[in-house]
Amino acid sequence: MAKFKGAIVVDTEKCKGCGLCVVSCPTAVIELARGVNGKGYHYAHMANPDACIGCSSCGLVCPDTVITVYRAKAS
Amino acid sequence: MGDVRLMKGNEVIAEAAIRCGCDGYFGYPITPQSEIMETLMIRKPEDETGMVVLQAESEVAAINMVYGGASCGKKVMTSSSSPGISLKAEGITYLAGAELPALIVNIVRGGPGLGTIQPAQSDYFQAVKGGGHGDYKLIVLAPASVQEMNDFVDLGFELSFKYLNPAMILSDGVIGQMMEKVELSDYKPRWTDEEIEKISGSWATNGKKAGGERNISTSLDLDSAKQEVFNHKLQAKYRAMEENDVRFEKIACDDADYLFVAYGSSARICQKSVELAREKGIKVGLLRPITLFPYPTKQIQEMLGQVKGILSVEMSAGQMVEDVRLAVEGKVPVEHFGRYGGIIPTPEEVVEALEEKILGK
Amino acid sequence: MTATTEINNIISEENLVYKKTDVLLDNEMHYCPGCTHGVIHKVIAEVIEEMDIQDKTIGVSPVGCSVLAYNYLDIDWQQAAHGRAPALATATARLMPEKYVFTYQGDGDLASIGCAEIIHACNRGENIVVVFVNNAIYGMTGGQMAPTTLENQVTATSPYGRDCASTGAPMKISEMVSLLPGTRFVTRQSAETAGAVRKLKKAIRKGFENTREKKGLSFIEIVGTCSSGWKLSPTQSNEWMKENMFPYYPLGTLKDE
Ligand SMILES: Cc1ncc(C[n+]2csc(CCOP(=O)(O)OP(=O)(O)O)c2C)c(N)n1
Ligand code: SF4
Ligand code: SF4
Repeated sequence: MAKFKGAIVVDTEKCKGCGLCVVSCPTAVIELARGVNGKGYHYAHMANPDACIGCSSCGLVCPDTVITVYRAKAS
Repeated sequence: MGDVRLMKGNEVIAEAAIRCGCDGYFGYPITPQSEIMETLMIRKPEDETGMVVLQAESEVAAINMVYGGASCGKKVMTSSSSPGISLKAEGITYLAGAELPALIVNIVRGGPGLGTIQPAQSDYFQAVKGGGHGDYKLIVLAPASVQEMNDFVDLGFELSFKYLNPAMILSDGVIGQMMEKVELSDYKPRWTDEEIEKISGSWATNGKKAGGERNISTSLDLDSAKQEVFNHKLQAKYRAMEENDVRFEKIACDDADYLFVAYGSSARICQKSVELAREKGIKVGLLRPITLFPYPTKQIQEMLGQVKGILSVEMSAGQMVEDVRLAVEGKVPVEHFGRYGGIIPTPEEVVEALEEKILGK
Repeated sequence: MTATTEINNIISEENLVYKKTDVLLDNEMHYCPGCTHGVIHKVIAEVIEEMDIQDKTIGVSPVGCSVLAYNYLDIDWQQAAHGRAPALATATARLMPEKYVFTYQGDGDLASIGCAEIIHACNRGENIVVVFVNNAIYGMTGGQMAPTTLENQVTATSPYGRDCASTGAPMKISEMVSLLPGTRFVTRQSAETAGAVRKLKKAIRKGFENTREKKGLSFIEIVGTCSSGWKLSPTQSNEWMKENMFPYYPLGTLKDE
């Protein structure tokens, strides 16, 4: 069991669906949504939230800086 | 009387820059104006006033250093001669487009191309009608003496900060290389950071103040509607210059039947030609534009009821004559006389040209 | 506890570990999806925030896709003519020696039209930071060949692949400027993984610290992608970059004095 539990918040309207966060995630949390945002992009979202360890990798690589990352000690 | 000396025109430009509180000079050597930077290097103003002097790798770099320095709200300048000014054209239009004050000195030599190192006035179009791309104007000052080389450095900065527009001193090798008596200006200290904040705080890129607005020095606006509005603003500024800052001198005009229009070193020659012609009984006067932009159009028009013909005398194949003709609108004959390629006309030649081209009609 | 309530519990101020710095404005970036420019902007903004130099930093933006960089970083900016940013930065740094001045330039801007300006600024050792984005192509004008375009790389003006016999070899600018005594710190970084972004941030921070210590010119090249120019997806672009760019433009620090 991971020591940390994480969560991300994607500003889905500003996401450009580039997918760089998806491949950056070491625990395969993120996927691009089937639906699209107002600009027509398949935005990123947490498809597998339980796996998130709050490592910030996605936040760091996101060119549009639309991901906020949280991390708490696993209870 | 202040500090009176016998000095070369080019040296005086350097001296005047130091004394008027200039913050930075960026240049590249080219004849016949290299003494400007050489004098500055000898004078070492960095030790005296803190003024930065740098020999750039090219005229392109020099004018873009001026753009950077001007963006900081500093008094910065460059100097060059014709081929170098062509290279600076890019930076000059960027300065105009970003509404930045700066002083550019052109000690004109004959062209086109590498041409000659001898004096000429064949960069009038380049200075007054553009030179770079886009609808912009420079404030153009044409000194006719070493004294005016001194005076116009300060005046150039004053006007360029008044209008937030680059100004040019358009001179030539005659005045640049000539030794003459000059009364140098008194020293003015360089502006302090607080003074710069007061004068240029609304646009100078010297660091975003905490809680304040930031400043961006740019000539870019991709929105055409906004670009047009901005161009209207520039045009209004140019009209204001025409309204308020035309400078000229009239010599022997009161009773003149004929008129020479000439600037810079040609005006000095014409002054002698006025005397020679009057000895022959030809009543000719001289109107000397001091600002080539804004141009003394009205002042020429005011002479039209009085004079029967005008000779535009320039060391070019005929450039300023177009502005004289625009002012005159065909009401009296306007002709051009010039020597070029580095040849300076004699006062006698000018009188002969007046007789032949204007009186002969 | 359901998964949603658990997530909601984690998402709270005290658990925040990564968010956009305030030095980055809220304006939506005009860059293509996945463009490296965005990551580099963010990293510069974070360094400015961490060093608390927002009021002392002046950026000089180029002509290229990042011409509008001033819309994104909340600092004073100068917008330079194509290639001339180092000249602007030279005067700015000399006239205001207590400020932090950086240029931000693409490979067309820096390595082609602005080659003279950058070489001489490096040679004079101007006290500035140069951020050089090498994406091996002209992005803004629609994907033409750059001096850094790789051999055989297809671009709009090398449609059959870059022919080095006729166009010269891709220029290794970092190697070139590292030979000049005026440069103090020359490094080549990338920004495609979290680890790379962290390293890049260290490098940019070092650059600004060099400015503070008046050490001279810090040159930071970033090998990046241009998915639009390369006609690949952002993730494919990263793969292509690793396979083709990294061997020719090896990452690492060339000089640190
Ligand atoms: C004097 C001049 N020449 C050409 C251009 C056109 N131009 C604009 S951007 C650009 C190339 C930019 O490429 P690069 O520096 O690699 O930046 P990128 O767009 O890839 O980020 C060119 C040639 C210009 N604006 N000015
Ligand atoms: S990296 Fe950013 S812009 Fe790209 S898909 Fe992820 S959240 Fe969206
Ligand atoms: S064209 Fe290339 S460099 Fe320009 S924004 Fe798009 S991906 Fe970035």
